Amino acid sequence: MSKLASINEFVIKFANVNGSGSASANQMFAKGIFRSGIPVSPKNIFPSNIQGLPTWFEIRASEKGYLGRKAGIDFMVAMNPQSYAQDVAEINSGGYLLYDSSWKREFHRDDINIIEVPLTSLCVDEFKNPKTRLLFKNLVYVGALSYLMSIDKDIFIGLIEEQFKGKEKLIAPNVQALEMGFNYAKKHLVGACDIRVNQKNLTDGMILTNGNNAGGLGCVYGGATVCAWYPITPSTSLAESYKKYCDQFRVDEKTGKNKFAFVQAEDELASIGMAIGANWNGARAFTATSGPGISLMTEFVGLAYFAEIPVVIFNIQRGGPSTGMPTRTQQSDILSCAYASHGDTKHVMLIPSDPKECFEFAAGSFDISDRLQTPVFVLSDLDIGMNDWTCPEFKWDDAKKFDRGKVLSKDDLDNMESWGRYLDVDGDGIPFRTLPGTHPEKGAYFTRGSSHDEYARYVEDGEVNARNLSRILKKFEGADKFLPKPIFKQETNASSRGLIYFGSTEAAMQESLDQLSASGFPIDAMRIRSFPFSTEVWDFIEQHESIFLVEQNRDAQMKTLLLSEGKINPEKFISVLCFDGAPITADFISESIIEILSDKNFSKTAEEIK
Amino acid sequence: MTYIVKPVNHHPNLEKNSLGLTRRDYEGTISTLCAGCGHDSISAAVIEACYDLSLASDQIAKLSGIGCSSKSPSYFLNQAHGFNSVHGRMPSVATGANLGNQDLLYLGVSGDGDTAGIGIGQFMHAARRQLNITYIVENNGTYGLTKGQFSATNDQGSKSKYGEENVLAPIDLAAMAIQLGAGFVGRSFSGDKDQLVPLLKAAMKFKGFSLIDIISPCVTFNNHAGSTKSYDHIREHNESVSSLDFVPIGQEIKTSYKEGSKVDVPLHDGAILTLEKLSKKYDPLDKGLAVQSLNEAEKNGKVLTGLLYINPEVKDHAEILNIADTPLNQFSDQELCPGSDKLNKVNSSLN
Repeated sequence: MSKLASINEFVIKFANVNGSGSASANQMFAKGIFRSGIPVSPKNIFPSNIQGLPTWFEIRASEKGYLGRKAGIDFMVAMNPQSYAQDVAEINSGGYLLYDSSWKREFHRDDINIIEVPLTSLCVDEFKNPKTRLLFKNLVYVGALSYLMSIDKDIFIGLIEEQFKGKEKLIAPNVQALEMGFNYAKKHLVGACDIRVNQKNLTDGMILTNGNNAGGLGCVYGGATVCAWYPITPSTSLAESYKKYCDQFRVDEKTGKNKFAFVQAEDELASIGMAIGANWNGARAFTATSGPGISLMTEFVGLAYFAEIPVVIFNIQRGGPSTGMPTRTQQSDILSCAYASHGDTKHVMLIPSDPKECFEFAAGSFDISDRLQTPVFVLSDLDIGMNDWTCPEFKWDDAKKFDRGKVLSKDDLDNMESWGRYLDVDGDGIPFRTLPGTHPEKGAYFTRGSSHDEYARYVEDGEVNARNLSRILKKFEGADKFLPKPIFKQETNASSRGLIYFGSTEAAMQESLDQLSASGFPIDAMRIRSFPFSTEVWDFIEQHESIFLVEQNRDAQMKTLLLSEGKINPEKFISVLCFDGAPITADFISESIIEILSDKNFSKTAEEIK
Repeated sequence: MTYIVKPVNHHPNLEKNSLGLTRRDYEGTISTLCAGCGHDSISAAVIEACYDLSLASDQIAKLSGIGCSSKSPSYFLNQAHGFNSVHGRMPSVATGANLGNQDLLYLGVSGDGDTAGIGIGQFMHAARRQLNITYIVENNGTYGLTKGQFSATNDQGSKSKYGEENVLAPIDLAAMAIQLGAGFVGRSFSGDKDQLVPLLKAAMKFKGFSLIDIISPCVTFNNHAGSTKSYDHIREHNESVSSLDFVPIGQEIKTSYKEGSKVDVPLHDGAILTLEKLSKKYDPLDKGLAVQSLNEAEKNGKVLTGLLYINPEVKDHAEILNIADTPLNQFSDQELCPGSDKLNKVNSSLN
């Protein structure tokens, strides 16, 4: 029997039953690899269910830093008889299957290595409480894996101690369960596994966190004082993260009172209404939601756009349409956000690709929204939002000041001859606003979603309304200078072919580009990070003969947006689309592109385009 | 032009309040509602109440939804910021505005379509949250701007202008607000200024959710024989449970109320609300009785008006959330941003 052998490059998957407490043990295992200095990307593949259905946890470890999801499992920990058949089929030839051998099974594959650990029997012998037995089974397999893969056991003991800080009584039995698995493997499974972790220092200066944790923290750093939200997977943990960090950093030490407001609204309409109301008053406010929530919010988004009120909306995208796949990932709300609401509207979007950018874009979004007096969407997705990523540490420049945009103070108003809420004084389309309560006699106006003139007065004069709409467009057209520029992976246009991607696809991209180069198809790549698109985006498209556009949706929404906003020959774009709800893999991208490029007809078409 | 500015000239000897302002200083643009609209009487009562209380207009925010009622904030308090939001969603905008700065006085103006129809969810949750707002419903039982459809407060059996009968039972916003825990619930009639002005003053001074459901006949679509929200019908069926006086801090209570029928309710800032119970049975501090009385009145075809319920003990939304006394929109960058040292600690918790 051949055995897969690898050091610091592998995929391990845990198949569990939802609600059995496996997620925290699996998370701990991932962190153990991270603390061994090896980059990891754990991915929780969970059902929309609280208890009983199958759930999986995949961890890719890669010292090369290839952290996109990878199909094909090197090591399977199969804890769920419900999904045995499917789980066993996924294992690569020569790979490993660890299962609970308290009940012996035949798996009908002679090309994989079966590793038997009687997890239940061990726990039944050792622990009395039935619930404890169930929970500790998870730690027993972590202990066994620690031995099998040579991961320093003390790392896990350290993690247990951290986890149960303050509940010290729980440390000893958890460590006992871990040791039990470790000792069992040491006694019975010597040489059973050739997949190893060798300690390195590749995670120095790195953190392991998810985008929602980072986004909530970014809102605290960006000065948001009001979070109004409604629970919806996968965005909920962003709001909860904001609350968690506010409890740490925003409670007045003397009075015990909060320098923030955290409101769980009755629905998404109310949550964005509250965020808009607070911003109208000059308090930075945001909401966090996902696709269905965006649909509900669109009327209010149009109001904020037309009445020019800042507001930040986090959309942690999930599988659509409709209720869709709430616990799976997609990039399928590009168009519903870019053009959200009726009438002529266009919105600023920031598209982070990892937790570090979630932090930075969250913090920066409030400046952009205040500066432009318009809604700003931060488009993350479930993969970034809910899975832990190995990414660089967060950084903050203490010299940074918030940009509150054009807000008039009492003194400003005193020194002004006249003022109109929607007057374009500076020629950039951005007017000056006033906040309620600023001045006893000046600066009051009526905010409205109905047509209005430069002085915020209700008018039904078509010319005035057209003038106002044009000014708002001007503001949008100048927005890109406040937005993050695209990121390039290329050596000054080395290839006539370009590739455009965005968001969580970043995780798979370097690996894919390396695969393409190795196959003789080097490609220049650009990652879009914001909308409206900057000249760098148009230049990149202009400079390449054909462009592969990689998206995690069915309808090539980014392509539609590029085509509708720029003057581009649609023939130039070749879409690579993944929309099965699982994070896109490097293999999928590379194979799709190689297949197209290897097709003789394609070369011909490319010639014609040229 | 679709707005009409009022001429600024006025009589030099107009009476002034303690801020040195006249009633005219509390006015807005000229109303574009139909002549005789009940809503204009309510605007006049708001002006009167703000003048009497010597409120600074710039410390008031007036918010509304969509509909005839929601246009009316343009017609009073020119120096107050206004927000005409989306249909039925004023409560959420007001909630957010209040979170941003709880020091302003929030005046919400809505209608029966805006509140009892499309916006009933937001209305209920604002009451439940004890949002500190004076929430006025200009209730005419009809959708005026879309030409006379029944609204959800229209009484069963009431007839439309075109003779159609309303077959559905009405929603009683006052009873609903009481049950949801609103701290101050009143009902009045746009044609009864003597009752409405003190009720408005008391509501504005109340800290918490104060609802005044004001029957405000629609002269164009709902003021005919057969309508239960016409001027004539309300005048005939109005039954007042209380009349009240608002007494600001430090002033002596002087009312003409009969001894024995008088109740003094202290408000949060120390002012006193003095009211006379017009019925021996009625006690505005008794939640159960208030709901029961409303139900009985409905059965008897009466419209109970006055202060229906008050709970001076309630905490408002900002207090419930334990929000700092300094309004959230007034903290500096340094007070809000934790800085790099703390970020480094966060980093070390994540590696």
